[in-house]
Amino acid sequence: MKHTLAVLVENKPGVLARVSGLFSRRGFNIESLAVGTTEDPDTSRMTIVVRGDDRVLAQVTSQLGKLIDVISVSDLPASESVDRGLALIKVSADSRTRSEIMQIADIFRAKIIDVGSETLIIEVTGDKSKIEAITNMLGRFGIRELVRTGRIAMSRGEKTVNGY
Amino acid sequence: MTEATISGAKALIECLGREGVDAIFGYPGGALLPLYDELYDSDIRHILVRHEQCAAHAADGYARATGRVGVCLATSGPGATNLVTGIANAYMDSVPVVAVTGQVPTPMIGNDAFQEADITGITLPITKHNYLLRDVNDLPRVVKEAFFIASTGRPGPVLIDLPKDISTDEIKFKYPDTVNLRGYHPDTVVDTDAVKLAAAAIIASERPIIYAGGGVIIADAAQELLKLAETVMAPVTTTLLGIGAFPESHPLSLGMLGMHGTKYANYAVQESDLLIAIGARFDDRVTGKVDSFAPHAKVIHIDIDPAEIRKNVRVNIPIIGDSRAVLRSLTSYLREMRKKSQAWLAKIARWKQEYPLSYRESDEVIKPQQVVKAIRSVSPDAIIVTEVGQNQMWAAQYFQFENPRTFITSGGLGTMGYGFPAAMGAKVGCPDRTVIDIAGDGSFQMTSQELATVVMNDIAVVVAILNNGNLGMVRQWQELFFDERYSHTNIAGSVDFVKLAEAYGAIGLREESPSGVVSTMSEALTADRAVIIDFVVDPMENVFPMVPAGAAINEILDPGASS
Repeated sequence: MKHTLAVLVENKPGVLARVSGLFSRRGFNIESLAVGTTEDPDTSRMTIVVRGDDRVLAQVTSQLGKLIDVISVSDLPASESVDRGLALIKVSADSRTRSEIMQIADIFRAKIIDVGSETLIIEVTGDKSKIEAITNMLGRFGIRELVRTGRIAMSRGEKTVNGY
Repeated sequence: MTEATISGAKALIECLGREGVDAIFGYPGGALLPLYDELYDSDIRHILVRHEQCAAHAADGYARATGRVGVCLATSGPGATNLVTGIANAYMDSVPVVAVTGQVPTPMIGNDAFQEADITGITLPITKHNYLLRDVNDLPRVVKEAFFIASTGRPGPVLIDLPKDISTDEIKFKYPDTVNLRGYHPDTVVDTDAVKLAAAAIIASERPIIYAGGGVIIADAAQELLKLAETVMAPVTTTLLGIGAFPESHPLSLGMLGMHGTKYANYAVQESDLLIAIGARFDDRVTGKVDSFAPHAKVIHIDIDPAEIRKNVRVNIPIIGDSRAVLRSLTSYLREMRKKSQAWLAKIARWKQEYPLSYRESDEVIKPQQVVKAIRSVSPDAIIVTEVGQNQMWAAQYFQFENPRTFITSGGLGTMGYGFPAAMGAKVGCPDRTVIDIAGDGSFQMTSQELATVVMNDIAVVVAILNNGNLGMVRQWQELFFDERYSHTNIAGSVDFVKLAEAYGAIGLREESPSGVVSTMSEALTADRAVIIDFVVDPMENVFPMVPAGAAINEILDPGASS
């Protein structure tokens, strides 16, 4: 079972190492981790997708809570939150296949952000299944390179993790 | 007019003074030259150790004996890495220690400079928190936070890495009055709903047992524990680190549980219908096979660290909070309790009678257990520190401790060589107390160079070596589980401990006769100097009872038991 955690941390050097080190030494499996600044320049936010049962989730949450630089840990249940990731896909494209690839990109509301004589770079944003779906669709053209961000997530509605 | 400034080094000393630090255990080096230059004029007592590991252990022993934060100091690179074992030891046993390390100047950090080590990186998993100072203006705040973090909540070691240039940079000194940490709020409020549930479970129980750990001692909750036990009339067993939390002469005391615990403690846990765990973490040396631990019991778990709840075992009623506050609250709901555990207490009394701790006495050879009992008889109020292994278990089993902070031992990490430097630290913190390290000949040789430190600083500790010429606990496992194949555990004849003591200017005594144990021990205590006693003991004596690793705690080996 997967859990998505929103972790607010002090925006200080070494915090990522504290968090990732905790996961590895306690044997927790991170499926995805994304980190960036927030509306408050002193605070960073990590979105961590972790695999495990409820006991693992409780351990992860309380162990994270023990880190001095961790300000808060919130569980974001899938039904009450939205999540997005971004992928850049460099796909082989010649004059014969280019228009078909562009149509696929269109269907997925993806963007072409680079056009070369032999390749296209496609930027796609979405949840995990959408990114996997377009990746599968583009597979037969030949994916030369693929890079993905970790997932970021947010509660639906008025609820926030910082309490404002 | 500009305000007067002081160096970072001077500011650090100033901060330590504000925190009430009266002793530091340390070792100088290049990166610490500015700091040691300031220490030269300071009133703070500095104990120069002979190896940095012992500075950390001494700070740890000081902290456990006094309840105050222990402080150690080491230079960059190897000085800092030598602290690592001591820091890990303090971390595992939740001991408040502040470690200050020198670091190469900030412009050189990351360049593999001479005596550079990434000590904040290295100690990430073994500190409660750590800091690399990059701006001298942060120094007072960081020191204030370090002491606060180390000593509050679940205590632990905090490391401050001090680059050389930061210690010479100038600062307008002002020590903060408060700390402001967004991610750290150690004050807990007792959850009275959970406490009421626990009280109801206690009232409903027929066979309750209290399982008390080191958290009771840290929280200064021994009185509250006694009150709870007597209110409920529940027997009390302690972990190794919980020894001293409950008087072992009390009729409700079951002594220690677990791998080398008393049979009656383990039997009582296994038959209990309610286990009240207080400041204990269900370590594998306590639970044995986890699935078979306390199989009939509901579990109440009181701990200040939420991460301990359900880490190892199922828990029915968790209560997060300081043991003292929780116990006070809990007992207040039990005042009217009808004591009904008479049948249970009678059963336990029978177990105690049937299965006492026992060993075969001898007229020819000293038994190590006999030495522990002799120490108790001549110095019942001593602070006992131990090394790790058989010596530690015999001390835990046979001394009969009555008071908190009188038994100091490396529990979680199991660090051989801990006892002697920790005893040194305990004696510095409690100069009016008798401090005795119950040692093994293997462990003592790991840190025996501190004989120089205790002699030169007039630290009158007594080291009672239970010398069996073996790495005894490993030898015992080889005997029991590895077909008596004694691979590299015989160390007989390593050194003449009497001459070793004398070489450093300490007193060395040797005793080989069972009839001389008490008088030799008494002689050592009159010396008021550092004394090493070489008790030549039975080399084949084993620690029993014993629960083999991975077995349920009522599957107990005790071949010599007299019944």
